[in-house]
Amino acid sequence: MLSEKYSDEIKAILEKYPEKRSAVLPLMYLAQEAYGYLSREAMVDVANNIGIDPTEVLSLAGFYTLFYEEPVGKYVLEICNDLPCALRGADEFVDMACEKLGIGVGETTPDGLFSLKTVMCLAACDKAPMLQVNLKYEEELDEEKFDALISRLRTASDEDGSQHFGVEAFKRSLK
Amino acid sequence: MAHILLRHRDVKNIHQFKVYEANGGYEGLKKALRDFEPQEVIDIVKKSNIRGRGGAGFPAGVKWGFIPKSEGRKYVVVNADESEAGTFKDRELLENNPHQVIEGALLCAYAIGAQTIYIYFRGEFMHTAETFEAALKDAYSNNALGANIFGSEFSCDFYSHYGAGAYICGEETALLESLEGQLGQPRIRPPFPAIEGLYSKPTVVNNVETLANVPPVIINGPDWYLNIGTAQSPGPKIACLSGHINQPGNYEVPMGTPYRELVFDEKYGGGIPGGKAFKALLPSGGSAPIIVEEALDAPLTFEGLAEYGSLLGSASLIAMDETVDMVWAAMRIVHFFRHESCGKCTPCREGTFWLEKIYIRLLDGRGTEQDIKVLESVAHQMQGRCLCALGEFATSPVLSTIKYFPEEYRAKLNGHPATVLRESEWNIEKVKA
Ligand SMILES: Cc1cc2nc3c(=O)[nH]c(=O)nc-3n(C[C@H](O)[C@H](O)[C@H](O)COP(=O)(O)O)c2cc1C
Ligand code: SF4
Ligand code: FES
Repeated sequence: MLSEKYSDEIKAILEKYPEKRSAVLPLMYLAQEAYGYLSREAMVDVANNIGIDPTEVLSLAGFYTLFYEEPVGKYVLEICNDLPCALRGADEFVDMACEKLGIGVGETTPDGLFSLKTVMCLAACDKAPMLQVNLKYEEELDEEKFDALISRLRTASDEDGSQHFGVEAFKRSLK
Repeated sequence: MAHILLRHRDVKNIHQFKVYEANGGYEGLKKALRDFEPQEVIDIVKKSNIRGRGGAGFPAGVKWGFIPKSEGRKYVVVNADESEAGTFKDRELLENNPHQVIEGALLCAYAIGAQTIYIYFRGEFMHTAETFEAALKDAYSNNALGANIFGSEFSCDFYSHYGAGAYICGEETALLESLEGQLGQPRIRPPFPAIEGLYSKPTVVNNVETLANVPPVIINGPDWYLNIGTAQSPGPKIACLSGHINQPGNYEVPMGTPYRELVFDEKYGGGIPGGKAFKALLPSGGSAPIIVEEALDAPLTFEGLAEYGSLLGSASLIAMDETVDMVWAAMRIVHFFRHESCGKCTPCREGTFWLEKIYIRLLDGRGTEQDIKVLESVAHQMQGRCLCALGEFATSPVLSTIKYFPEEYRAKLNGHPATVLRESEWNIEKVKA
């Protein structure tokens, strides 16, 4: 599946490195996109493309936090509550977000739209409280802006690209 | 004063090749290709004493000089993992002044004889790196990258690579492992990357900000650079201000600027919000010992905080006002390191685990006198026994807060009113005591 769906991207990725193994994290991003999350099937696909054992992909998936081994919402909201953000109200912001979405940290809304996570410093501490939606920055937030963000995402079309986990970066290198 | 690094604040659209070029950009590279042998570039960087901005302060020219002069593949790797709590300077440079970083990396490649540069972005920079990648394309189409750069004999490619969420990948050998498609766990040294780095080839790893210092030095010469900052810590430095501060953000200052000025001066941090009193400052995110009021007159230099037992590190200043519970703050930092420990060596993996457990017990009002002793003893047992500096970093919030705020620890003992930990803090990783 991966090699059909992203043959151009894979080719461009492989050209960057003298050793194929270096392409494993990029391919895991692509697989996560293609399969919706990094399922076992997705990992096997990556492993076959790189020529390594699937268990090696599994151990990488466990090590790196941006790979989701369980299904996640269409939009993964990662709120930073590391110390600098916490000093500027991130903990209260997390509580507010949980309440609005009706879920706890680490959970997904029943409609499958939003997953909520707390994460470590995202290099935006001067703009706290902040979060990333599928790796896109949303900064200097408050309750009102959070509401606006959520309603924007609820009505976003599938074509606007915002539901992706970063595959654009690999598409970018094709242009 | 005009910025040397954060030039986008003075020159609009400097992220575009043409604008950068029209404002003296790529002059350093052109000058080097025209006038200097690679060794001369190394000598200039050595003489200017540009010290590593990734935290350790190692002189860049000396590092470049370690690369063997023999033929064969060599690499430059730009460390854009920026994950230390409170640090957001590299991101500003990458998003707004990308060509200065590209030019700096190219000067390094020319100096050491590398034909390939990789930039390792933390995965979370995936989208925001778009400007940087556009700048790379721009550089290629203007012959600043690729074959025979600016008509010279020098050819070089520049590729971007993304990590996937792991603080430890900022440590240079873990970064190289990760770039090779492995778990991001530090390597045992020696061999050092200069001898056996990426794909076992000689490699220079430099921080984004370090490399941004190079082009102006090639253009203006080492004496110009040595006139900025202090004798041992020359040049400009970007300080990141966060936490309880009126004007959080990045500030480019000459090395040697007193911490007090950074925190309180209207030009910089502008003091503590809400008329509250200053209590403590983390001078380098979570990774250096905390400092208090008495240390604020120290200069922001690599050695400035030595007499107060701390260091410059990444110059990410996290200010805390009088309301902050220092045991809570230490717990949050310890939590970070427990979460980010790569697990390769026992003292760090187990040490951070136990430290966090004890902190949660203390904050839950179940601590005993013994717990404070155990915290100190665990921290001491970790020191000097870890494979990389992360283990050492994890001990600094513990020992420094116990040193300066022992009464806050004692106030937690024997069923005293507990700090209320909210569900999200308890749940952070479901580490309940
Ligand atoms: C746990 C740990 C995390 C680090 N994170 C970073 C980082 O995010 N960015 C960085 O440039 N250096 C980081 N470093 C320092 C690098 O290992 C290395 O010293 C630096 O990239 C060298 O570049 P410089 O000499 O230009 O500073 C880290 C070190 C450790 C031990
Ligand atoms: S000190 Fe910690 S982070 Fe560093 S190698 Fe050991 S376990 Fe990994
Ligand atoms: S602590 Fe939240 S972005 Fe740095």
